Amino acid sequence: MEPNWQLVRKRETLERRARIIHQIRAFFMNQSFLEVETPQRIPANAPELFIDAVPSAEWFLQTSPELCMKRLLSAGYEQLFQICHCWRSGERGRRHLPEYTMLEWYRSHCDYHQLMADCEDLLTTLVPEGQLLWNNITIDLATPWPRITVKDAFTNYSSISLDDALESDQFDAIITEIIEPSLPRNKPIFLYDYPLEHASLARKKPDHENTAERVELYIGGMELANGFSELNDPAEQRLRFQIEEDLRRQQGKTPYPSPIPFLDELEQLPDCAGIALGIDRLIMLLCDKKTIDDVVLFTPENL
Amino acid sequence: MYNCSDLKKGLKLLIDGEPHVIAQFDFSKPGKGQALYRCKLRNMITGSLFDRTYRSGESFEPASLEERDMQYLYQDETGYIFMDKKTYDQITLTEETLGDDKYFLIDNMDVEILMYGERGIGISLPNFVNLRVTQSDPWVKGDTAAGNNKPATVETGYTLQVPSFVEEGVLIQIDTRTGDYVTRVKE
Repeated sequence: MEPNWQLVRKRETLERRARIIHQIRAFFMNQSFLEVETPQRIPANAPELFIDAVPSAEWFLQTSPELCMKRLLSAGYEQLFQICHCWRSGERGRRHLPEYTMLEWYRSHCDYHQLMADCEDLLTTLVPEGQLLWNNITIDLATPWPRITVKDAFTNYSSISLDDALESDQFDAIITEIIEPSLPRNKPIFLYDYPLEHASLARKKPDHENTAERVELYIGGMELANGFSELNDPAEQRLRFQIEEDLRRQQGKTPYPSPIPFLDELEQLPDCAGIALGIDRLIMLLCDKKTIDDVVLFTPENL
Repeated sequence: MYNCSDLKKGLKLLIDGEPHVIAQFDFSKPGKGQALYRCKLRNMITGSLFDRTYRSGESFEPASLEERDMQYLYQDETGYIFMDKKTYDQITLTEETLGDDKYFLIDNMDVEILMYGERGIGISLPNFVNLRVTQSDPWVKGDTAAGNNKPATVETGYTLQVPSFVEEGVLIQIDTRTGDYVTRVKE
């Protein structure tokens, strides 16, 4: 029998992938970030209405390393990063795998504006030429990248306002079906300041009762990273988790156990900000690949 | 019943009492938001195509169709002719009904025909078929990098990417579910 051609043909992409991950590590190490490996199998994830965890015996596979990394920040570690696998049940599409690779980094004593600057620095380090070709679109990476609030994105691109979209439960549908396809593709763009109910781990924006300091990075119209100024008020965090849990119950979804040690230690969490970036999608961009299948060795279907 | 996570290309559903097949499928989801399941559906009786987007929480009735063992005979101007192996009755499926499945039919191949009453409305193919390469540019000398590929056309008119060492005239195995090259076949 011939060698498996679908594996053989991925060699060049996989070699580039390995080099890029090496460069990402160097980028953070050069700024004195500590690389950590938190457990991937945990007793409790952060409860979120639209993220379903994969059970593993009596525990779960992580949907994100967020809670363990924030416990380290609470213990005084100031700059952390991690490259790890995360699992999200039922997510499979051209840009989704139920098991995928995440880069997460956290910085103490800053807010989400610093994360946006970090993203700009990371991409310009990885792509010194300053531009990318992806899906026949030339993407100009010259900084600073445009930043637009979610509210303005609704005003600019959608026929209904943010408030009306929230009222009629159309927020996600409009983001995915109307706003994402309308975003400029020739430059990266940050969407920031999300409605509070769409950011259960993010800090409230000062003087804005219903807005959270959450940011999403889009490149070529694809969602690449999601970050927050981290919520560090334990009472508020308990309340937000309770809301998510109640919504899960109302929709007939599995209730999740509460991440108690995380909540107990949260009062020690300094002002900080953290962001998760999908490595597979980053590789898609840097290697000009259309689907996530092209940048990983094995998909669930060919195991 | 199926739920949204069962949706994929080729799945057959009953919608408004009629069998439909998912001709194209895409999953999209904002990281923190609700998943959308975008389907291009083909009504298996009328052949009409339309788009529909579902959200998690919806459920679907499977379209359970009678399957008959038949043999593919030939193609003529009316379509693709199949014969029932028990009764020797012949039926014709149009090009539209077959969609991309037409590329994986070989004379005398055994297939299962999906029936709606006495009408054939679709086929179930074997997972792998062997087809002969009828056109492909020769291997460029010096192109020794493992993993290099090139386009090739097979006897049914289907074009796919193959390794650069695959030459015209050889028989190759194709995965009918993905349309991808698997291996050369020894003869």
